This record gives sequence, C-alpha cells and structure tokens, in this order.
Amino acid sequence: MNYFHEGYVWLNDPLNWTNPGGLLDRLSEHLLISLWAVLLGCVIGWPLGIWLGHRGRGGGAVITLANLTLAIPTLALLTILPLTPLGFGKPPVVVALAVFAVPPLLANAYTGLRQIDPETREAARGMGLSGGQLLRQVELPLSVPYLAAGLRTAAVQVVATAALAAFVNGGGLGEIISAGFGIGMSNGGGGQIVAGGIVVALLALLVEALLAGLQRLVTPAALRTNRRRRPTAAAPAG
Amino acid sequence: MSFLSRAPAPAWPLAAPADDGPGNPWFSWRYVHDNADEILSALQFHAGLTARAVIIALIVALPLAVVSYWWRPLTGPILALSGVLYTIPSLALLALIAPAVGTTKDTSVLIALVLYALLVLVRNSLAGLSQVPAEVRDAAAGMGYGRFGRLWRIELPLALPGILTGLRLATVSTVALVTVGSLIGKGGLGEMILGGFRNNFYKAEIMTGTILCVGLALVLDLALAGLGRLLTPWARERRS
Repeated sequence: MNYFHEGYVWLNDPLNWTNPGGLLDRLSEHLLISLWAVLLGCVIGWPLGIWLGHRGRGGGAVITLANLTLAIPTLALLTILPLTPLGFGKPPVVVALAVFAVPPLLANAYTGLRQIDPETREAARGMGLSGGQLLRQVELPLSVPYLAAGLRTAAVQVVATAALAAFVNGGGLGEIISAGFGIGMSNGGGGQIVAGGIVVALLALLVEALLAGLQRLVTPAALRTNRRRRPTAAAPAG
Repeated sequence: MSFLSRAPAPAWPLAAPADDGPGNPWFSWRYVHDNADEILSALQFHAGLTARAVIIALIVALPLAVVSYWWRPLTGPILALSGVLYTIPSLALLALIAPAVGTTKDTSVLIALVLYALLVLVRNSLAGLSQVPAEVRDAAAGMGYGRFGRLWRIELPLALPGILTGLRLATVSTVALVTVGSLIGKGGLGEMILGGFRNNFYKAEIMTGTILCVGLALVLDLALAGLGRLLTPWARERRS
C-alpha cells in the first residue's frame, strides 16, 4: 500500500494539478479528445444502425463488424493512423477512438429498432403511417433506451481508451502515467504512476455513472420495468 | 498510400528476401526474414500470456458462475463487482498493479488480463447455466441426480455453448489487450507495434505486429469454435 500513499501525496500537491502539462491540462485534453471521438462515432454509427434496423437487414454484418473490431488492438490503430495522410496530432487519435465507438453505437441502434414488437409496427402501418413517419413517431421513441445504452457503452470505452493515446504522445491523462514511468520507479515515479491510474479509473467510473443516470432519465417509465440487457458489452480498452 | 506494397516477389520470398524498396514500405519480407527470431519470440510470448490469462480466468470464473447459479442472491454482487473492474481502463489498472507487483514482471500484465476476462466468462457461463430448462433439471432430480451429479452430467454440458461463447470473446479481447502491456515492456506483439513507432516510424515493423496480432486472435477464435463443435455434437446434429 506504500505506493498508494505516494500516489495520494502526489495528488495532494496543487502544483501537480496546475502545472503546464499537469492534471488539469491533461484532463481537459482527455475530455476534448473523447468528446470528438464519441461525436464522430455517433454521426457514423447511429444513422447507419437506425437505417439498417428500419430496413431490417444487415444484422449479420453488424455482428461481424463488432466482433472484428474486438480483435484489433487499439495500440495498432493509434500507431498506424498518424502515418497515413491524417498526419500527427489529435485527428488520428480521435479517428482511432471513434473506430472503437462505432460498433456499440451501431449494434445497439440496430437492436433497438429490431426489438420493437412487430405488431406495434403493423398497427402503425395500419393507421396509415408512411415509412418516415413510422421511423420518427414509433420506432425512434421506442428505441431510445437502446440508443442511450449504446452511447453509454461507447463513451465509457472511449474515455478508457483515450488513456492509451499517451503511447503515441497523443495527450490525455495517460501522459501522467507514462511520465511517471519516465521518471522511473527508483526516483519516486511510482506515486505519479499510481496517481495517474487512480484519476483515469475514477474518470471512467464517473462517466459510466453519469451516463447510466442519463440512460435512466431518457427511458420512459413504461419501458423501465422491462428487463433490459445491453446486447453488446464494451470491449475492454485494448 | 502503398498499402502492403512490396517489391516484385521472388519465387520463395522467405528464403531469398526481396529488396526493401525505397522509402518506408508498409510491409517488407526482408524485415520479416531478418528478424524472424524476434518476431517468433514476441508471438510466442503473446500467445503464452493470452493462454495463461484465459485459463486462469476460466478456472476462477466457472466456480463463481456455479456459486451464483446456486445461490441467486450472490449473482448481483458478483456481476456488479466484475462490472466495475471491467469499466476501469486497462492502462489505469496496469498502472495500479505494476508498482506493487513489479514493473518488469509479466505477472502485472497477467493479473490485469485475468481481471478483464473474468466478467465476460462469468456473465456468459451464468447465462448458459440459467437457460437450462426447468423441466430438464426436474427430470434429472427425479432420476436421482444429486446437486453435483446434476451439475456435472446435465447442467454444465447444456451450458457449454454459452461458456464457449464467453471463452471466445474473452480470448479475442485478451489477445488485443496484451498489447497494452507495452507500458511496462511486456506487450508481446505490442512491443513490435510500439517499437516500430518509436524506431523512426518503421511501418513494416508496426504492420507485421498488427497483422500477427489480429491473425492470432482469428486463429484462436476459429480453434475454439472448432472445439465447440467437437464438444457439442448434439447441437450439430440438430442443425443439419
């Protein structure tokens, strides 16, 4: 527990928070990267998933895509993308993280539209709703809990994975940890490593809790009592 | 972008390496040939660490799943605890474990990998056990099976598809996760990926590591799928 005490001491030094490249700098960097990655993921994943779910086709492709991204190490994308025309800096990191945000968003949007009772859909059709009206007035409202579940899974995963950007000097809270390793265990880097670990872990848990609350908030009371299960769990940040 | 570009291949590229070509190609047989030993040992380390992590996780997860299957009140806490562990980012977990266990030991990476594989395995095994039909359990009890006999002869075989699904998911994500071990220099193929990046962005090294990593995951996944078919012949007969 010695190292945890050192980490606590490190966190208690205000300069470690306010220095250039300190915790606050890294935290805002981390959140900014994550925000852009999740937004990019939503822009790609949701329309595609909703469209496929509305058409009722492509389920096999969605599952294959989700399983395939599980096998790709995040580290590989983080190192390969800067060498493509995307260039170095934040854009390749955002794109790499978005690649891992798309599968949960896509799969949950697809499942959300497919799990709607076919009789509901039939009834709406019988009432004379067109395809677009059916989508806007029936299917989308009923799949909001699933969309929220996908957002939660994706956001938690992106926040967790963004820590890995430090491997390629992409910024974010992971830099605190790798800087700690740079100092070295014998020179008291252990405290900084543990402190970085604590902050990253707390941030992920906080995002998870906040979005779980949001998910509960946007779920209509009538759907809340149902036993919901998330169809695709997030992959651990690899 | 010259994706997977290489010089015109000779008849047997491994024996007589092609020229690297100008610049920094994405793939080079010359690199593979010249560094075959390092590549093989990285692959071996990667596969070994994955196997150890998944086997240990399975040994821990199965009893946990059985316990929470027998005593339902335990289901919530066990799943919640492993869910919290699952949410903690791999890098953070490694940063918390490594200083205590040792920053140069692969045990640190192993512990983190086991903790991650645990949730997937427990959740899928429990789902597999829970979907055993109540009539089947009643029939087994009526035939005189005790709790353990029933578990061993009836419930576990019927839960096998669920357990194997979990095993495949856990294996594939563990293969990808090992690369995070590069933080403490125990990343297997991740060492190659990161090493290539640090070595003046040597694309061939990065790409070789990535291809082997994804390939290893796919091969292990297919092998486990095949094992599943062998272990559950009844499912195969029903389908055909």
